[in-house]
Amino acid sequence: MTLSRLFKTAALATALASASSVALADDYHIGVTVPSADHGWTAGLLWWAQNAANELSEKYPDVSFTVLSANSGTAQVSNVEDLMIRNLDALVILPHNPATLQAVITEAYDEGIYTVVVDRELETPAQDVFIAGDNPGLGEQAARYIADELGGEGNILVLEGPPIPINSQRVDAFNRVMENYPGINILASQTTDWNPQQALSVTEDLLGSNPEVDAIWAGDDDVLVAALQAINENNRDDIQLIVGGGGSQRVIEMIREDHPMVKGTVTYPPNMIASAMALAVHGVKGEHLGDMYHGVPSRIILAADLITADNVEEFYEPEAAY
Amino acid sequence: MAQLPNTKSMGGVARQGMRRLPLNATILAPLVALILLFVVSSIASEYFLNTRNISNVLRQVSYTGIIAIGMTFVIIAGGIDLSVGSMVALVGVIILYIINTISDPIQAVLLGMLAAIAAGGLLGLFNGLLVTRGRIAAFVVTLASMSIFRSLALYFTDAAEVSTRNPLFSNVGGGFFLGIPIPVLVFFGLAILAHILLFHTPYGRHVCAVGANAQVARYSGIRVERIVLSTFVIAGICVGLSAIMLTSRLNSVSPSDAGYFYELDAIAAVVIGGTALSGGRGTVWGTVIGALILGIINNMLNLTGVSPYLQGLVKGGVILLAVLLQYKRA
Repeated sequence: MTLSRLFKTAALATALASASSVALADDYHIGVTVPSADHGWTAGLLWWAQNAANELSEKYPDVSFTVLSANSGTAQVSNVEDLMIRNLDALVILPHNPATLQAVITEAYDEGIYTVVVDRELETPAQDVFIAGDNPGLGEQAARYIADELGGEGNILVLEGPPIPINSQRVDAFNRVMENYPGINILASQTTDWNPQQALSVTEDLLGSNPEVDAIWAGDDDVLVAALQAINENNRDDIQLIVGGGGSQRVIEMIREDHPMVKGTVTYPPNMIASAMALAVHGVKGEHLGDMYHGVPSRIILAADLITADNVEEFYEPEAAY
Repeated sequence: MAQLPNTKSMGGVARQGMRRLPLNATILAPLVALILLFVVSSIASEYFLNTRNISNVLRQVSYTGIIAIGMTFVIIAGGIDLSVGSMVALVGVIILYIINTISDPIQAVLLGMLAAIAAGGLLGLFNGLLVTRGRIAAFVVTLASMSIFRSLALYFTDAAEVSTRNPLFSNVGGGFFLGIPIPVLVFFGLAILAHILLFHTPYGRHVCAVGANAQVARYSGIRVERIVLSTFVIAGICVGLSAIMLTSRLNSVSPSDAGYFYELDAIAAVVIGGTALSGGRGTVWGTVIGALILGIINNMLNLTGVSPYLQGLVKGGVILLAVLLQYKRA
């Protein structure tokens, strides 16, 4: 892309954005803010948010969206403040860190803005709807699948995330299920911070110290891809199965193409932001969802779905960023 | 023939007068950029001139602006401080620890704020001593302490966010006086004090002299080490103030996130404001304008809803433009 074309694109984007904000003054304006795309899952989040903004505003012409991202919690506070200036009707937010955002989300909610909090729960609730994925479910589904595939016997490695509550919910649930299978032996459970580089070196070390491994559970699909590289580089043919978490398109493609080791992953879908935006559309208008007898529920937990070769087509979205 | 030298010296006097007033090209250029940006923003978004928006922008700017004022002293004296962002997190953690330990709410807030200033000053002293006594380059010292301060903040809190139920604390950074947010008043008040310190005291002249040429300054009897040390302490105290404003506005602190990239925003504000990165010259007002420019860019991008992918490009472009404008005039 030449520089002048880049500038033209930037100018066009500015012009389009300002045009859309002028055109729809008296209708529903929904502000969306998410953490910026610093790893696979958050890149997916932003992609889905922008995708949903296009699709939903096309379907409901009286609704307009502004999608912002922030590289820190304090930057996200400014995002919310700036959105509130623009006569916001609804706010959809995946908070960078809940305590930092608590004060400003409470301000928005108290002003009567329809507030949807996604994925990370506030200590003092200040929202109309909370929507999140099922972290314990992710661990349980992965554990059951691995145990079934191995016939209840085998050695496994666990690649954990950073030491945060979300990770412990997943790993604790995984371990609870595995207690029912005395034949399964968890050789090691190590943190990777959900970072591919770190996952690569951790897996190399673990493979070096454990000569007999039957299966690996990676709590995140980017970690799975890194672990796979370590396995291939070390020419290990003892490993039969790797199961991920999240549901990235890259891993879904591997499952689709009958990869010899990557046979399953469990969803923790970044498109939860898209569902949250849809909830905001109906919630702010006071509509019901489908045939429900009640308004939009105040708390929604999305199922953790196991993706295998049997149902992979349902989750295949080649355009998505994650 | 007799008139020529006369006009020359008249011009010289006028120019000198300008320099004393700090209204020369280096300050005019950022001011022009600010006014331009202000006009463009008012046209680009109908919400920009909204009173509440202006008040928001000023408040958003004040956290990094306060730090940038301290940074101005460090940079004019020929140094740099990369640790300010991490220092915000560490000082923030200390404030909330003290506020949550003391049961009397008024005492807790007062002691927490005092501790913040003291802690900021001490951490600045730590940087300054390593630079002057340890004879390590400021870039290296503060690169290391950036990592150390962040790590300590994470260690003390186990990386978890800390919040407080103190009923008064949030009124400090979240409060208003005469309709103006308190962090903004602190920012502008500090700017006036810093301006006086830099331009109307012997100390300020010494800071400039040390940055322009440390060797010459030493021969002129200036205690160079002490001046350099003091600029780091000033930067630390400014960080302490900023940490008070930020943590009380949010009523919490996140050790991994507070002050994230503040060092870069502060340095950018100083540079846009016309202070030479090589030291020796610079103004506080330039820094204030630089901080305002950065804040207005962020605000305008959010108000007009520019694609999140392109926001960084626009921001970087405006920074380059502001600096280019300045070098063309200077």
